[in-house]
Parts: sequence; structure tokens; C-alpha cells
Amino acid sequence: MSKRDKTEMKRCYFDHVATNPLHPDVFDSMVPYLKEDFGNPLSIYELGVRARDAIEKSREQVASLINAKPREIIFTSSGAEANNFALRGIALAKQNEGKHVVVSRAEHHSIQNSARFLERNGFAVTFLPIDKYGIVDPERVRKSIIKETTIISIIHGSSEVGTIEPIKEIARIAKERGVIFHTDSVATTGNIPLNVKELGVDLLSLAAHQFYGPKGAGALYVREGLRIVPLIYGGIQEGGKRAGTENVPAIVGMGKAAELAKAELLCRMEHAKKLRDRVIEGLKGIENIYLTGHPVGRLPGHASFCVEYIEGEAMLLFLATKGIYAASGSACTSKALKASPVLLSMGIPAALAQGSIVLSLGIDNTEEDIEYFLEEFPQIVRRLREISPYARGWGDRKLEECIAKR
Amino acid sequence: MDHFFHPRNVGEIEDADGVGVAGNPICGDVMKITIKVDHEGETIKDIKFKTFGCGAAIATSSMVTEIVNGKDLTLEEAMKITNKTVAEALDGLPTIKMHCSNLAANALHAAIEDYLKKKNQRTSK
Repeated sequence: MSKRDKTEMKRCYFDHVATNPLHPDVFDSMVPYLKEDFGNPLSIYELGVRARDAIEKSREQVASLINAKPREIIFTSSGAEANNFALRGIALAKQNEGKHVVVSRAEHHSIQNSARFLERNGFAVTFLPIDKYGIVDPERVRKSIIKETTIISIIHGSSEVGTIEPIKEIARIAKERGVIFHTDSVATTGNIPLNVKELGVDLLSLAAHQFYGPKGAGALYVREGLRIVPLIYGGIQEGGKRAGTENVPAIVGMGKAAELAKAELLCRMEHAKKLRDRVIEGLKGIENIYLTGHPVGRLPGHASFCVEYIEGEAMLLFLATKGIYAASGSACTSKALKASPVLLSMGIPAALAQGSIVLSLGIDNTEEDIEYFLEEFPQIVRRLREISPYARGWGDRKLEECIAKR
Repeated sequence: MDHFFHPRNVGEIEDADGVGVAGNPICGDVMKITIKVDHEGETIKDIKFKTFGCGAAIATSSMVTEIVNGKDLTLEEAMKITNKTVAEALDGLPTIKMHCSNLAANALHAAIEDYLKKKNQRTSK
């Protein structure tokens, strides 16, 4: 394994939470709609009909993946758009009943920043805390509900720490209190079994590129009969709920990706879980490394850690020279130069959060990839610790003191 | 990038004459610079660094030690090294990473100030 061809560097893509490679079958399904079948789905002639039929077929495939009805699926441009649409669309639709929304500290920026937008526009927002594993306590959700609460949005699975939230329980509490419930399942759809009826959610966001589909295609599941205010006004596309000429090739690809994900789900999960467990086991030899997120209730292909005394971006740069691509929630890797708010909300000291590294595995990874990583990574850690002034500990600086103010 | 992948002058001088630390692990980077000073001519004889931080932080600290090392720079000359000197020596840094070069210069200045403080304490005794 160590004798690799120098001219062709090994490539290990361990950043499936960022995006996934396109499945070859998905690519093939899209090609006709980028070429000869370029019609606008609203056109009445044959070309338009073909495009329209393709979209409707995709709607069925996506609905089937999450056990929804096709008419409950609204296509969007991304998971972020679906999240914006859900939170803002319901908050606005129900503002005569109340102006209070509930989200958690585990949410993606597209939910947290949508909530802040609502806050600036006269809504009250509760940001629920998370525990050390990143879990939202359903009882806290119950306590946060007031008469004016109209929507609760809790992420299904965290892309940063892999933790899967008790969505079924939270959805039941919301239902009991007559509050609409949305979950951001961008990181989970296509990665774990998902059934909207069983979960009892009213809205759910997903993104195609998280299950080997194309970028630029997302969807929002909106339970039948639920009124939602559009985010984008214009024509009658998507039942008048989301205007704009449909991204037909991407939507077609999303449908194909959903069909494949449904068929291969258990096999994909087993594969990812096996690799993940090997990574977690294999890194136990490194001193002062901490698994972030829940040890068991986590995404099958997700292994995230904080490596003490060194910084994430430096690790990523060294890994990249070895052809290994991973992610980090450290301040230096973010454009805002702030450590991941999710890690900090879990009570992880800011200095330790600097050593964040996230490995997210998928169908394109092999056991050989993992062994290669396990061979290279400890050397990188050792090298960076040799440079670090903290290699022998944080000294008189107590870790607790390093917890950033929030 | 070379200064990141192959940093120069890594380490800590055991009996250093001046120790300078800049930064804070909360916001990201911490640099520790140790110097050995020739007491007669007040020039820097040796300099080493240790850095907790990102690629740019490591590269800038390596560069600042390289600017100083082996040049017999006087303390005065070394105090004139700024974040700009460091960034320019590295052929520029992205705007978002400019603060890393601040830290490198600050750590060097802190080490020199530490030496001067210790010297004053010695002479006043």
C-alpha cells in the first residue's frame, strides 16, 4: 500500500458531507435533458411534454424514497433553499396565529440564519441548546412551545458531528401542541432509512448531491393540505409555490439518484458503517483525540474528531498533499474565522474545537483507502504537534477558560 | 506554502534570553518565539518558534524566524520587522490570513521586549 505510483497520486475523498460524486447512472439519466430534450416543461408541444413527464417521474422517485405522495414534493435549487422556504414560508403563512419559531443550535446556517432573518422582522426565536453529543432534548422542545409558536425546525442528522436527533419524538410533541414541524434531512436522506409518515414530520428538506445526485437540485416535502408562502414568486411552476423554469436535467438526476438510493440503501449503509467504525477504531492509538457527536446514534459514514493541541486547517493541508480530502470546523477553515458554532454549543472548548476534523465516507471509498489514511494521519498529527507550543499540554491555560462566550 | 510544509527553525531555545507569545487559542492561532541574544552587541544570535494554528500561521512564523536567523540583526532592526515585511517575504498572503503575519511580528516583538525587561530587572538589582 505504501508503494504507490508516484505519478498518479491516490485520491481518497472523505468529504461526503460537503458533496458527493455523481453516480454514473445518474449522469446518464441527465444527458438527454442537457441535449435533445431541452424543452421547457410549460410548453405545450412534444418537447415540453417530455420535459414535464420527466419532472413528474422524478417527483414520484423522490417521493418514494421518503414515503411521501408525489404532490407533496416541491423541487428547489438546493437544500438551503428548501430550509429557507420551510421556515420562512410557514412562519409567514401562520403569522396571524403567532410569531414565535423554535430552532436548535445544531441547525445548518440556512435554518439559523433564516431564523435570524425572521427575528429581525418581528418574530421571536428560541434557539434550543444541545448537549455534549449535539442532541436536542425533546423535553426542552416541549417547554419552549408557547401559544404563539407556529413552527419548530430541528435538524435530522448533523453534517458536522454526525449525530442523529430524536426527530420522531420531537415531531410527536409538536403535533400534540398543534405546532408545525420541519426537519432538515439534507445529511440523512439517502444515507439512512427515512419515512415522513413514520417520523410524523410536516415538512422535510433534502438535497440531491448528498446522495450521489447533481448539485442544484433540492426538494421540500410539504405535507398535503399545509399552506406555505412561496419564497420565489413568478409563474405557475411547482403548483405556484416555487416559480422559475425548472432545472430539468438536475431534477431528472435527482429522481434517478433517489431511485438508486432507495434500492441500495441498506448495502450503502453497511459499507459506510464498516469504514466509519474502522476509522474510529484505528485512531484510538492517537493520544488526546476525542470523537465528537454521538458514539452510536450517528450517520453511518460519519467520523468526526477533535485532535488536541493542533489546528484543523493545517491537518487538512497536509492530508491534501497525500490525496486525502476531509473537512474541519476550525476557525481557520471558515471564512468568518470562527470555530463551528455547533461544536462550541456542545460545550467543546474553543481551543479544542480548533483541532476539529470530519471524515465522511461513501460508496466510492474502500477499506484500502481507510488503511492508507490510518497510516498517514498519525504522522501528520505527530508532525504538527512537534511544531505546536502546546504539545505537552495547554500549560497554565485551563481548557475551561478557553470556552468562547456565546 | 513551502514554509508550511517545511517550516524552518522549529523548536524552543532551552535557556532563551527572550520569550514572546502572541495570539490566543480561542480565536485560532498562538505563536511562541524564543530568542538568544548576544549581550555585547545586542544582536539576535538564535531564534526558534512553535505555533499552534493554521497553514498561514505556521508559514508566517517560520518566515519571521528565517528573516531574523543568521543575520546578526540588532534588536532595533528586528523591532522594525512588521507584518508587512513577513507577508511580502512570503510573496503575499490572502487578506483573510493577514492577521497571521501580525501574530508573527507581534511574537517576535514580544520576545525582544521580554529580553529588554529581563535586562532592566538585572541592571536595577
